[in-house]
Amino acid sequence: MSDSTAIAPGAPEAAHHDHPPYQRHHFETVEQQADATNFAMWLFLLTEIMFFGGLFTAYLIYRNWYYPAFVEASHQLNIFWGTANTAVLISSSFTMAMGVWCAETRRRSGLVLCLVLTFLLGLVFLGIKSIEYSEKIEKHHVPGFHYSVSAFIDPQSDPEIYKEYHDKPMPLDMARHTELYFFLYFAMTGMHALHMIIGIAILGFMIFKARAGAYTAGHVTFVENFGLYWHFVDIVWIFLFPLLYLISRHAN
Amino acid sequence: MSEHIEHGTQHGAGHTEHEHHVTPPIVYLVIFGCLLVLTGATVGASYIEMGVFNPIVAILIGVVKATLVILFFMGVKYSTRLTKLTVGAGLFTFLVLIGMTLSDYISRAWGRW
Amino acid sequence: MSTNSNTIISLPDQKTARIPKMNYLSKENGLLSWLLTGDHKRIAILYLISITFFFFIGGALAGLIRLELLTPQSDLMATDTYNKVFTMHGVIMIFLFLVPSVPATLGNFFIPMMLGAKDLALPKINLLSWYLYLAGGILVITTMVTGGVDTGWTFTTPLSTHYVNTNVLTTGLAVFIAGFSSIFTGLNFIVTIHKMRCPGMTWFRMPLFVWAHYAASILMVLGTPVLAIAVVLLALERTVGIGIFDPTKGGDPLLFQHLFWFYSHPAVYIMILPGMGVISETISTFSRKRIFGYTAVAFSSVAIAVFGFFVWAHHMFIMGISNYAMLVFSLLTMLVAVPSAIKIFNWTFTLYKGSITFETPMLYSFGFMGLFTIGGLTGVFLGSSGTDIHLTETYFIVAHFHFVMVGGMLMAFLAGIHFWWPKMTGRMYPEKISQLAAVVTFIGFNFTFFPQFILGMLGMPRRYAAYPPEFQVLNVFSTAGATILGVGYLLPILYLTWSLKYGEIAGDNPWQATGLEWQTQSPPLTENFLVTPIMDHEAYDYEWLDEQKAKEVASVG
Repeated sequence: MSDSTAIAPGAPEAAHHDHPPYQRHHFETVEQQADATNFAMWLFLLTEIMFFGGLFTAYLIYRNWYYPAFVEASHQLNIFWGTANTAVLISSSFTMAMGVWCAETRRRSGLVLCLVLTFLLGLVFLGIKSIEYSEKIEKHHVPGFHYSVSAFIDPQSDPEIYKEYHDKPMPLDMARHTELYFFLYFAMTGMHALHMIIGIAILGFMIFKARAGAYTAGHVTFVENFGLYWHFVDIVWIFLFPLLYLISRHAN
Repeated sequence: MSEHIEHGTQHGAGHTEHEHHVTPPIVYLVIFGCLLVLTGATVGASYIEMGVFNPIVAILIGVVKATLVILFFMGVKYSTRLTKLTVGAGLFTFLVLIGMTLSDYISRAWGRW
Repeated sequence: MSTNSNTIISLPDQKTARIPKMNYLSKENGLLSWLLTGDHKRIAILYLISITFFFFIGGALAGLIRLELLTPQSDLMATDTYNKVFTMHGVIMIFLFLVPSVPATLGNFFIPMMLGAKDLALPKINLLSWYLYLAGGILVITTMVTGGVDTGWTFTTPLSTHYVNTNVLTTGLAVFIAGFSSIFTGLNFIVTIHKMRCPGMTWFRMPLFVWAHYAASILMVLGTPVLAIAVVLLALERTVGIGIFDPTKGGDPLLFQHLFWFYSHPAVYIMILPGMGVISETISTFSRKRIFGYTAVAFSSVAIAVFGFFVWAHHMFIMGISNYAMLVFSLLTMLVAVPSAIKIFNWTFTLYKGSITFETPMLYSFGFMGLFTIGGLTGVFLGSSGTDIHLTETYFIVAHFHFVMVGGMLMAFLAGIHFWWPKMTGRMYPEKISQLAAVVTFIGFNFTFFPQFILGMLGMPRRYAAYPPEFQVLNVFSTAGATILGVGYLLPILYLTWSLKYGEIAGDNPWQATGLEWQTQSPPLTENFLVTPIMDHEAYDYEWLDEQKAKEVASVG
C-alpha cells in the first residue's frame, strides 16, 4: 500500500507552521492568503457589477422609450440633495482610502479616525436619502402605492419645481410612464442603499477591531478588501447620480 | 514619496510575488479633488442644452470619475495583471449584457413606444 | 498488475488490504463535525447526498409526466396539475441537480487534490454554499407542498407576472438563493485555481477537469447575478405591480426574458462543461493515452464559456425580438457549436490507437460522446432561426435538451461518480452490475427520448397534458423507455450503497490513472497530502506513472 510519500517531497518545508495566528492552515503563506482573499473580493465585485447591470439595462431601454416622462420625473428629485450626497460619498471614499493607507503604515489611531469618518459620512448619505424618500412618499410618487401623476399632467400644481423648469403638461399616457422612472429610481437607489447599509454595519464591526489594533499589525487584508467593496458602492452611485438626477436640468 | 514594502518571495511556480505598493495620501487628495470638480462639471453640464450630447457627456464624465476611483482608490493601477484582467472581464460582460440587449431594442422599438 | 488484458483495474490483495485508519471520514465523528466542516471533501459528500435526494424527487416528477402522456387525454391529472409537475421537474432538475452536480460534488472533492492544495481557497464560503443550496431546496419543497408553480421553469412573462396565481414568488426566492450557492462555488474555484496550485503546477499541467471547471466557474460568477436581478424584478412586478414587464404600464415582457436567458443560456454550459471535464479524465484513463490536443481542449472550454454569453436570444426567436437580432444571435449560435465539436474530435482522436478497456466509467463516457453529439447537432438545427420557428416549443426541443443534459451531462456525472468512487470511499463498486446498469440506462434513454425528436418534428407541442391521438404510439414508446431508464438510475443507488460496506478495497490507484489525487491513499487524508507535492511532469503522463510504479516497493505481507 503506497502512501503520499510516493510523490517527490514538497518544497523545503521551513519551520513547520511558524506562521502568524491569522493565517489559515490551508494556505502555505500569509501572502498567498492575502492574494487569494483579495482576488476573491474582486470576483465578488464582478457579481455585483452584473447584478446592477440588469437594472442599468432596464433603465437605458425605458429612458429611451419615455424620454419626456423621464425628464419631467427627474425634476422631482432635488438636485441639491443629490449633489450633496455625491460629494458625501466621494468624501467617504477618500476617507476609506486614507484608512487603508493608515492600516498599511500601521497608524492605529489614524485608521480608527478614518473608519469613523467613513462610517459617519455613510450615515449622512443614508440620512439624506431618507429625506428624499420621505418627500417622494408624501407626494405619492412611489410606484404601486397610490401613485399619482397629477404633478406631471399639471406641472403648475407643484409651484416650487415649476418655477425652476417650466415643464409642459404631459398627455396622460406619457405621464403614466413616470411611474416606471420612479420604479427604477427606487430600485436602483434602494439596492444601492442596501449595499451601503451592509457596508456601514461592517464598518461598525471594523471600528471595534481597529481600536484593538487588529489591522495595524501587518494584517491589512480585511480593511483593504472592505475598501474595495466601499469604492465599488461609490462607483455605482457615480453612475446613478447623472442617470437619475441629471437627465436634463435646463429650463424649458 | 511612495513606500515600497516588499514581502518575502514565494517558493515554486504556483505563487505570485506580492509587491505591495502603498499609495501616498497626496495622490488620494488630488484624486478626491478631481472627483469633486468633475461632479460640479456634470451638474453644470446638465443645465446646458446640448441635445444628444447631454447623455454622452454625462456618461463620459461618469466613466472618468469611475476610472479614477478604480485606478487610484482601488489601486488597480498598481495591481497585478490578474486584477486588471478581472476588472476588464467584468466590464466586458456588463457591456455585452447592455449592448446585445439594446441591439434587439434598437432594431425594433427605438424611440417612443 | 492487471490479471487480464480486458481491464486495467488493479486492486491490492484483498486478504491483506485495509481501508487506511486515518482518513477524512474517520478524522472526526459526530453530526456537528459534518455540519460545521470546512473540509472540501466532506462538503462534497454532503452535496452528493443532497443532490441525489433532489434528483429522485425530480425523477419521480418525470415519471408522473410520462405516465400522464401515455394517453392522449389529460386523464391522470388535471391540466393545471400537469403544468405544476413539469415546472417542478424542470426547476428541481436544473437548479437543484444539474447545475451543482459535478462541480459541487466531484469538483469540490477533487479540484484541490488535483492542484496539490490542502483545501479550496475559502472553506467557510464552501460550507455556506451548501447551506444556501439546502435553503433553496427546502423552499422548492415548500413550493411543491403549498400548491406548486405552473409557469414552466422559464417563468415566461407576462404569464408569470400577471396571469397565474401560483407560488411564483417562493420558487423565485428559492432560485435566487440557490443561485448564490452556485456563485460562491464558482468564486471559490476560480480563486483556488489561480492562487493555490502547488509548485510546478503550471496552467498547462492541470488536468482538463480543472480547466473545464474554471470555464464553468467564470459563467457561474458572471451569469448568475443577472438571473438574480431578473427574479427580483419578477417578484416586484408580481407583488407591487411596478410595470417594468407590463405592457399596459409601458413595460416590456421581453426585458425579463432577455435578463433571464442571459443567465440561462450560459447555465447550460455551466451544466455541461464540468461533465466534459469528467469525460476528458475517463477517456484518457481508459485508453491509457494523453488527451489528444490538450491545449485545444483547454482553450475550447474557455471559448465555450466566452461565446456562451453571446447567444442567449436564440431562446427567444419566436417571442418577438427583431429580425436583426434573430440574424445576429443565430449566426453566433452556429459559432458556439464549434468548440464543443472540437472537444468531441479530440476525444475521438484520443481513442484512436489507445488501449481501450470498457469499465463502467468508460461505458458512460461512450454513451456521453454519442448522445451529446446527437443532442449538440440537433442544437444546430434549433440555432438556425428558420427551422427553429417550426421546431421550438415542440418535443424536438425537449428531446434536444434531454439528449445533451441527460444523455450527456447525467452520463458524465455517473461516469465521474464511478470513476472517483474508489478514491472517495476506498471501495470499489461491483463492476458487472454497474456495467449492466450503464447499458440499461443507455437503452432506456434512447427509447425515451429518440421518439421525442420525431414527435417534435410532427408537431407535438411541449408542456401539453393532452395531445392529438396520432401521437400516442410514440409517446407510449417514450414512457416505456422511461421505465427502463428509471431502473438504470435506481441500480447505482443500490449497488453503490452496498459497496460502502461490502465493496472490495480499492487501494490508492485502482485505475492506474495519472493525476495527483490518485497518488494518495483512498479515502484521502483530511489535509490531502502530508507534504506539498511538486508537479514535475505533464498532465496524463503515463510514462511517469510507469516510472513511479517501478520505484515503488511492494508492501510486505
